[in-house]
Amino acid sequence: MAHGPAPGIGRWLFTTNHKDIGTLYLWFSFLMFFIGGIFALVIRAELFEPGLQIVEPEFFNQMTTMHGLIMVFGAVMPAFVGLANWMIPIMIGAPDMALPRMNNWSFWILPFAFSILLSTLFMEGGAPNFGWTFYAPLSTTYAPPSVTYFIFAVHIMGASSIMGAINIIATILNMRAPGMTMMKMPLFVWTWLITAYLLIAVMPVLAGVVTMMLMDIHFGTSFFDAAGGGDPVLFQHVFWFFGHPEVYIMILPAFGIVSAIIPTFARKPLFGYSSMVYATASIAFLSFIVWAHHMFTVGIPLAGELFFMYATMLIAVPTGVKVFNWVTTMFKGSLSFETPMLFSVAFVILFTIGGLSGLMLAIAPADFQYHDTYFVVAHFHYVLVPGAIFSITAGVYYWLPKWCGKMYNERMGKTHFWMAFAGLNLTFFPMHFVGLAGMPRRIPDYSLQFADFNMIASCGAFLFGAAQVLFLFNVIRTIKSSKKATDEVWENPEGLEWTLASPAPYHSFSTPPEIR
Amino acid sequence: MSANSQPKSIVKLVASLLATGVGMFAFAVFVMPPIYDVFCDITGLNGKTEGRYSATEATPVDEKRTVKVQFIAKNNETMPWQFQPVTSEIRVHPGEPTLVSYYAKNPTQADMVGQAIPSLVPFAATRYFHKTECFCFNSQPLAAGEEAELVLQFIVDPELPEHINTLTLAYTVFDITGTAEPRLEVSTSAGQ
Amino acid sequence: MLANVKQSIKTFFIAAPACLLSYSTLAQETVTDRWGVNMPVGVTPVSREIHGLHMDIFWWCVGIGVVVFGVMFYTMIAHRKSRGAKASNFHESTALEILWTIIPFAILIVMAVPATSSLIKIYDTEEADVDIVITGYQWKWKYEYLGKDVSFFSNLSTPNAEIYNQAEKNPNYLLEVDEPLVIPTHKKVRFLITANDVIHAWWVPDLAVKKDAIPGFINESWTYVEEPGIYRGQCAELCGKDHGFMPVVVVAMAENDYNQWLGERQAMAAKMKELTEKNFSFDELMELGQTVYNTNCAACHQPNGQGVPPTFPAIAGSAVATGAIAGHMDMVVHGSKKNPAMQAFGEQLSEAQLAAVITYQRNSFGNNMGDSLQPIDVLKYKESN
Repeated sequence: MAHGPAPGIGRWLFTTNHKDIGTLYLWFSFLMFFIGGIFALVIRAELFEPGLQIVEPEFFNQMTTMHGLIMVFGAVMPAFVGLANWMIPIMIGAPDMALPRMNNWSFWILPFAFSILLSTLFMEGGAPNFGWTFYAPLSTTYAPPSVTYFIFAVHIMGASSIMGAINIIATILNMRAPGMTMMKMPLFVWTWLITAYLLIAVMPVLAGVVTMMLMDIHFGTSFFDAAGGGDPVLFQHVFWFFGHPEVYIMILPAFGIVSAIIPTFARKPLFGYSSMVYATASIAFLSFIVWAHHMFTVGIPLAGELFFMYATMLIAVPTGVKVFNWVTTMFKGSLSFETPMLFSVAFVILFTIGGLSGLMLAIAPADFQYHDTYFVVAHFHYVLVPGAIFSITAGVYYWLPKWCGKMYNERMGKTHFWMAFAGLNLTFFPMHFVGLAGMPRRIPDYSLQFADFNMIASCGAFLFGAAQVLFLFNVIRTIKSSKKATDEVWENPEGLEWTLASPAPYHSFSTPPEIR
Repeated sequence: MSANSQPKSIVKLVASLLATGVGMFAFAVFVMPPIYDVFCDITGLNGKTEGRYSATEATPVDEKRTVKVQFIAKNNETMPWQFQPVTSEIRVHPGEPTLVSYYAKNPTQADMVGQAIPSLVPFAATRYFHKTECFCFNSQPLAAGEEAELVLQFIVDPELPEHINTLTLAYTVFDITGTAEPRLEVSTSAGQ
Repeated sequence: MLANVKQSIKTFFIAAPACLLSYSTLAQETVTDRWGVNMPVGVTPVSREIHGLHMDIFWWCVGIGVVVFGVMFYTMIAHRKSRGAKASNFHESTALEILWTIIPFAILIVMAVPATSSLIKIYDTEEADVDIVITGYQWKWKYEYLGKDVSFFSNLSTPNAEIYNQAEKNPNYLLEVDEPLVIPTHKKVRFLITANDVIHAWWVPDLAVKKDAIPGFINESWTYVEEPGIYRGQCAELCGKDHGFMPVVVVAMAENDYNQWLGERQAMAAKMKELTEKNFSFDELMELGQTVYNTNCAACHQPNGQGVPPTFPAIAGSAVATGAIAGHMDMVVHGSKKNPAMQAFGEQLSEAQLAAVITYQRNSFGNNMGDSLQPIDVLKYKESN
């Protein structure tokens, strides 16, 4: 058969192999996860007790902004693209991605984008300090000079995501092995297909909104400036037209991952496969008509407020279907709790909590009290950390033996899980309380009645951070270990990837496999 | 079924996906802002009032009904002008044309241009508030030390929903000196 | 005449802190007790309704959670491989899928009905008794009583020493202002909310009012407070550096007290206007200047003018206070361009106060410039710069 990887650094720079590129994406996102995590710890350290101790408010705002941007665009999205690169071809029996050279490109522009973004920290006037939602006019007329670099970085990462998405769609639609019909595809492939369409629909809108900012800042237009006939609220509409689907971009592939893991450890097929597909599609559709629920306090006419409230509440229905399906998949199975399963079960529980607080936020009159408080922070971290981060972690533990052919240390994995689980809940659960009690988000200092819960949250955050260091250690140890993994790795797992040898050969499915 | 046998379909697919991407970008930059403006006009979002109103025929005056109209003046951050309504509140009958004015003075030693941006609450009433004459239709150049009376003529539509009895109109004046050079030349030459 | 002026100055500077003092004792009882782990019930019909909605949806969520997690935990305990559980093989049931689509849908409808009626009520701003224009600034609020000629800024009054951990924090740390918004109880008060620079959001949890303040546009909201008291909130939209340091304090008082307060404020506004137009003697300026200095400057520059260098430089012998008077005025009116700790006082103090405090600084702490300013000088300076 064909040759193996090229030797040296050239292998990584010029590779067009989907497994190599998947690995690059995963390591890159791991690095970004730690950088974004350090920013989060700066925030939590400052909020450990009332008063200003460690950073000035100006720098604090840079930290919240960079934490959000790095985690969303640098950690979660590239990690999912990395998993897609690794797994989609071998899940559908394809030899590689459909557009391997573009694949190389879409990865290698990312480090440039994030170097530019991170370099703003050292610029005169500091890094972007207007929050990851960068509302105008704070991000236009009142922005630090580094905003131009920020816009450039967003353009590059947007281009990367769009190229990645095109590649994934082309691969899924054109490269499936004979007999691999759409409704036979693993759910991870399905959710990624839908995610990729979302990406193509909304990443250009993000590019559009930053382009309009750029024009307002440098070329005298006034899209977002009332003085010239524009409107700062228009920014929010365009941003959230991107932003809400973006939220689902960060969660739909996670649905796919746990839908692969739970059946394996329940030793029972996934319950309601087709309803899962339809639920994912309807969530994706609904994501386009709910954006203004991020703007309930902005002053929307009554009819609009009601429409967005009802549409948002509707999302609970397909999301509920998914949760019920996972629970029913576990029901009457033969359960065991290896690390991937622990993370997946925690995903279902904690994501449901995040979903329920989302339902509360959908009630527009109540949202007048919740909006822009720590209740919202608690909500979206409950959705994103157990949602995106836990599912990615679960996926890594689940497929790592397939990737490198070695078995990870189960005990260390379980320790990682329990530390992360405790850290996460300690960090984010008290945020519900302080939010309801009246603590606004994005403040560097707070009044005394919030002190105790914030101290707990800060301790939890450091515990969570320590857990991730253990994760890194475990991954490196696995790669270096000599404990061979079997080809199947788990007990009768479903999917083409398990028919390959462990580690998966550099070139796989050069001849399409037989589908039962 | 594999890709190599159908490279054409891949090219087609990728081209259509790319086109979608470009289309969505264009949608965001060129379509969303105008759509948003239309949307604002219909719903009164942000209290944006309509442009110049020209009645095809004289509206009947509804003598039985009285509506309170309040006037507010605001300066945006860098605007040093004195700017205030001459009357802060009047009661009008729907259908009757009413003339009010704002006072503006440029107390600085530089010539400046201001632009007043109207905003009306409640939003539901914006479609029923017609301006037949308004200083907000143009930018306002004021020479150093100059003062001016800025005129607004309006008609409250008799169709104004029953439950609305108070309208509040705010003007925020922005300093657009320098950013509106072309307009400035036109209006100063016209004024002198 | 002189005695008159002195008297009015005194009432102005003594009355204001005295009022604040009486409010703050009241506050200690209310604020800390009531803010716990849940949304405050609040003191208006709307806030109680919102709290009710919040609790209803919360209990629905708890119910759903109990059912879902109940089944899950039962499964995780009962159907473990280690306990010898054998896996079944069912994987589809259209009836179940339909059932768990319809039940959540029904719950949503049950929730949507009261939410809709509350929302309609919240949007009805008609027939207000008092109209107040609220303007967000970086980083303070301005309140204007529409048609009443009363307007003032409301700044954070927590001293820097508490923020930077040099002094013990008081119970209302970061939730206290120099001049609270005063509203009458049992009246419909309408808020017209806008901003001067970037987007802010005006929020008081006990009133359940949160509305974005958008530059160039106006938003409206309303409240009907039923209990006199002090209600505290904060800016709820990231608005730059000091977003966390622009609290909202609302004092609700019975109508009679409110009218009395408003009358005093109107008289004070008229007085201040009159003061601006008259000439002050050097001694008057020094006396007023000392009061203004002690309320506004002494926290940083210290009562003896020695400051706490390098952040808070000394005024005694400083280049600014012993240099050209125009430069001194520029510093006080516009703040320092190099040192953000020195804020712009141009809009926060009246012309009379500015003239007095500048005169005082130039002629105290060993500074002996001998020159002075009149309010009209400051007014002219402000207008030309």
